[in-house]
Amino acid sequence: MTERRIVTELHQAPAPVSGEQVIDLSPQTGDTVKTTTCYMCACRCGIKVHLKDGRVRYIEGNRDHPVNKGVLCAKGSAGIMTQYSPARLQKPLMRVGERGSGEFREIEWEEALRTATLWLSEIRATDPKKLAFFTGRDQSQALTGWWAAQFGTPNYAAHGGFCSVNMAAAGLYTIGGSFWEFGEPDWARTRYFMMFGVAEDHDSNPIKLGLGQLKGRPADNRAKFVSINPVRTGYSAIADEWIGLRPGTDGLFVLSLIHELLKADKIDLDFLVRYTNSPWLVIEAPGTAEHGLFARDAEGNPLCFDSICGKSVSALAPDLAPKLIGDVALPDGRKARTVFELMVQRYLDPQYAPENVAARIGIEAETIKRIASELAHAAFEQTIEIMADWTDWAGRKHDRFIGRPVSMHAMRGISAHSNGFDTCRAIHVLQMLLGSIDCPGGFRYKPPFPRLIPMPQLPTDATGPLQPLKGPPLGFPLGPEHLLVDDAGKPKRIDKAFSWEAPLSCHGLMHMVIHNAWAGDPYPIDTLFMYMANMAWNSTMNTSGTMAKLADKNPETGEYKIPHIIYADAYYSEMVAYADLIFPDTTYLERWDCISLLDRPICDADGAADAIRQPVIQPDRDVRPFQDVLLDLGARLGLTALCQEDGTPKFPGGLKDYIVNHQRRPGVGMLAGFRGNGDQDGKGEPNPNQLERYIENGCHWRTEIPDNAKFFRHANADYFDWAIALGLKDLRDQIVLQIYSEPLRKFQLAGEGFGAKLPPEADRPRLRERFDPLPEWHPPFGEEVDQAAYPLHALTQRPMHMYHSWGSQNAWLRQIQSRNALFVNRETGKQLGLADGDWVWVESPHGRVKAPVQLMEGVNRDTVWTWNAIGKRKGAWNLAADAPESQKGFLLNHVISELLPPRADGYRYANADPVTGQAAWYDLRVRLVKCAAEECGETVPQFPALKPPLKRPLDLLQYGRKFRRDRNRR
Amino acid sequence: MTALPAASPKKLGLVIDLDICVGCHACAVNCKEWNSGGHAAPLTDFDAYGAKPDGVWFNRIHTFEAGEGAAGRTVHFPKSCMHCETPACVTVCPTGASFKRAADGIVLVDEDKCIGCKLCSWACPYGAREFDSQEGVMKKCTLCIDRIYNETLDERDRVPACVAACPVGARHFGDLGDEDSPVSQLVAERGGYGLMPELGYTPVNQYLPPRPSQARAGCTGATALPVDDVTPARGFLRWVDRLLSR
Repeated sequence: MTERRIVTELHQAPAPVSGEQVIDLSPQTGDTVKTTTCYMCACRCGIKVHLKDGRVRYIEGNRDHPVNKGVLCAKGSAGIMTQYSPARLQKPLMRVGERGSGEFREIEWEEALRTATLWLSEIRATDPKKLAFFTGRDQSQALTGWWAAQFGTPNYAAHGGFCSVNMAAAGLYTIGGSFWEFGEPDWARTRYFMMFGVAEDHDSNPIKLGLGQLKGRPADNRAKFVSINPVRTGYSAIADEWIGLRPGTDGLFVLSLIHELLKADKIDLDFLVRYTNSPWLVIEAPGTAEHGLFARDAEGNPLCFDSICGKSVSALAPDLAPKLIGDVALPDGRKARTVFELMVQRYLDPQYAPENVAARIGIEAETIKRIASELAHAAFEQTIEIMADWTDWAGRKHDRFIGRPVSMHAMRGISAHSNGFDTCRAIHVLQMLLGSIDCPGGFRYKPPFPRLIPMPQLPTDATGPLQPLKGPPLGFPLGPEHLLVDDAGKPKRIDKAFSWEAPLSCHGLMHMVIHNAWAGDPYPIDTLFMYMANMAWNSTMNTSGTMAKLADKNPETGEYKIPHIIYADAYYSEMVAYADLIFPDTTYLERWDCISLLDRPICDADGAADAIRQPVIQPDRDVRPFQDVLLDLGARLGLTALCQEDGTPKFPGGLKDYIVNHQRRPGVGMLAGFRGNGDQDGKGEPNPNQLERYIENGCHWRTEIPDNAKFFRHANADYFDWAIALGLKDLRDQIVLQIYSEPLRKFQLAGEGFGAKLPPEADRPRLRERFDPLPEWHPPFGEEVDQAAYPLHALTQRPMHMYHSWGSQNAWLRQIQSRNALFVNRETGKQLGLADGDWVWVESPHGRVKAPVQLMEGVNRDTVWTWNAIGKRKGAWNLAADAPESQKGFLLNHVISELLPPRADGYRYANADPVTGQAAWYDLRVRLVKCAAEECGETVPQFPALKPPLKRPLDLLQYGRKFRRDRNRR
Repeated sequence: MTALPAASPKKLGLVIDLDICVGCHACAVNCKEWNSGGHAAPLTDFDAYGAKPDGVWFNRIHTFEAGEGAAGRTVHFPKSCMHCETPACVTVCPTGASFKRAADGIVLVDEDKCIGCKLCSWACPYGAREFDSQEGVMKKCTLCIDRIYNETLDERDRVPACVAACPVGARHFGDLGDEDSPVSQLVAERGGYGLMPELGYTPVNQYLPPRPSQARAGCTGATALPVDDVTPARGFLRWVDRLLSR
């Protein structure tokens, strides 16, 4: 639980002093205060919105809210300027010019909805998968995914595939949880905190609260904060130690730490035996279909060798004394070895010794050794004990929780490499070796995690015309049998998720949808329906190419290769110009929403929570909340779950109605609080007054976990009871953490030619090499370029005060930043003859973009970087054509290809992690070419200016003038 | 020229912790937001959606690097009015518009008296003054004078907006004239300092320097791991006979 320690004092108002200006010390802030949930980024903080005569006077953090405890970031504090942004769409639009020209006519909602219904009903009646429905930074995936399933298309995903699916998938296949929404460091107790890669862009206020708390601890209980990041900005600036390694080598660094800890026997063997699959037996039968799979008994339970009874028994039984080292003869005569032995054999190999990896990582071997010793010291010599009577999964009583106070956090910097899945798994293995999973001071799950490993949910294929899917579109395959491919191995989804190319793509591959739909590979679609995803600009790789593909026509028919594009957005983003039909959305202050436990929960390690948004002001434009539109559209299409038996809409009240009345299973709905007659938590009948109760409670709900259920929740029966009662969990079985992943081995076996469902020959090498049951480090695919020609790594980071493309329309935030430079290490810059203010061509094998240079110290010498999504297309977001965002702001996206170089047969895989399909943004390698004097001053490429059908805003902005005038008049 | 009041025992001000400021701009934007409708409203913005966006801000964050190579660090430095004990911005004011409050030491501008001559901004070595050319008056941090005593707010909210918003908790507020006050004690404990004291304006706001870093070997108390010639085979032996219980 995070808390902020600030020192403040209350002072009584002094008496006025004669001759001094008389000041109203107690003005009313506004006439109304309403609580809701912020949406200036994905963090979902609670806010209090002060209104004056229906205008927003002030937005502040809600002190009672579990996410932000009253604090608010720069983005949230600038909400007023986004609410009144001149880029807000005003009315539904129908394209009249060519795609990309941005020429539209305004239409009525009825025409817009009728048009969409016409297009979609035809698709649904013939081939529902010809609808590709992808949402961007949307927070209502529990609704949108369900809607796609009701429509009957498997071609659904949200933005996770280009964001952090490597983290989610690696965590869910390893520890049944992950970072951010799934777990957090024990900020209050940890003694050693490692943050890997860029983290500024996720969980922003909780991390800031946590870091402040961690660094503010008294001298006798200090924690060390180590930041592992090629760039020293933001959080890295306040780290005790900055490790500026080479991008994409974090996994090697972690495996080397593991090597050191194993070598010194500084591992938590008790934890490994009790809570992980390290004692499980792995079949050693090379050349057979079982080689590398777990040895199992007749019931399918994995086996271990019990030293007491001297035979192989179910590894799931309690009180065993499992053997860890040495060959075991299985009852059927085959040989087996333990996961533990395979693991130590792998990682004790000298190839992971600090001396052998340091140069590649770009740090000193001594640093690796020292960090390993510090980890061991924190874990095993600063052990924490919390006294509490708790019962484990086997019914055994304990009187304390033993904590290894080492914690870790990782996000985009790990995720956005094509080796990110294994790097993240390596981090989890390191955590397990230290015994620091869900213990005091360690990494702690947030409910409803930990889940079964992996979650028991499989991806679903289309059923046929007019039929809903039989399950959700996205899921967690356990082996080749769960892939969505035809007999020839051809992908069934438009993004090729759950194909041999990306088997564990649990969040889909949004970054491939437009390319694949354009190429008709694996098949052409009819309608691309997107929400809140700026795919014609900063949310795509190969931005220029993607724009061209969106507007490309079939030369024979003259028809667009993607026949219909529907787009919903609240603002005039770059994507708007590429749609045929626009649904204008509301702002976050004008709508209902639910931040549901069925979706991306806002729980913390000590409690379960969810929240709502309520409309705090009414739209002054002809716009509708997208979720209302989606429900309306579903009813118009006659989707069974969205209609009454008589065909009338089931949720005529829109999303508000759906939040209260929709049940995913009996008693479980979108919101867990105030169910039934208002006093039931978790499960209960729909409560017609539920939203009123949320509003009374500040638009959120939270319930605290009992003290004896707060740790070791993968094996804590007290937690099981609590979570089952709340409807978060069904089973009371221990969740055994998976150091060795059998699903990975099953795909590897397929690559080796074993199993019932086999991949095409050309896909097998990747499956053999990259589906390793134990995490392994591979150079990112980006390293396969000619490194002499492209000597530098190139990265982006998101500034803390901007959220993707949204920030630049905000009059206040763009004063903080309206342009971005390419940051180059000072020494490297000197060698290249570069000085501050020079312009360079940033060239990759894919293309080039022109950028201004700024030299700095705090960046890895072989790395250049810039801020993400500051650059804008001319005219977009209703900014002036000469706005610096389009003149001096640039996107690195232009030089990133969405495809890898061709393999031998010419096929090009997605530029992605081969396991999860995670977009590999950070694999990029570039070279810098200094611009001639006459080339400087404006970024290239440039595109024709967009001309939004919106009023040009006034240059002079005096937002609060009226509030002061009103006050003076009082 | 404007006279200063007799030194008041109460010196309200801010204490800013440079050890934990991550440069997120939350304080600056929340300040902008509160004050846009507050005592000195509006905080005019010029060319808001155009080529040279610029406006009035009472608090700005400066991010820079200090030192080179391994000794280098990145510094996030929030800066607003220091509410100096002897502020030159007040004494240079020809009209009495710039003044220091006798009761709490807050430095303010009485806009009714301000003629927009900008002498105060030339006199302020901290660059803390913000001229609103649309209104023709000088503006500056008010220490949220319309919040800190505001009886319509919850007592816990009676702090400057920047303090209320700061997500890391790097900003503190109180009476730096009272050496027993919590903020004064914090300053004493952490070795806080005022910015550029050599200029003699005696800034009230204080900065807390970074805590000693723990980057060097031994800082956390850890000693080197035992050096052991472990080949995989020998390494395995130590785990062979360990009796463990699940």
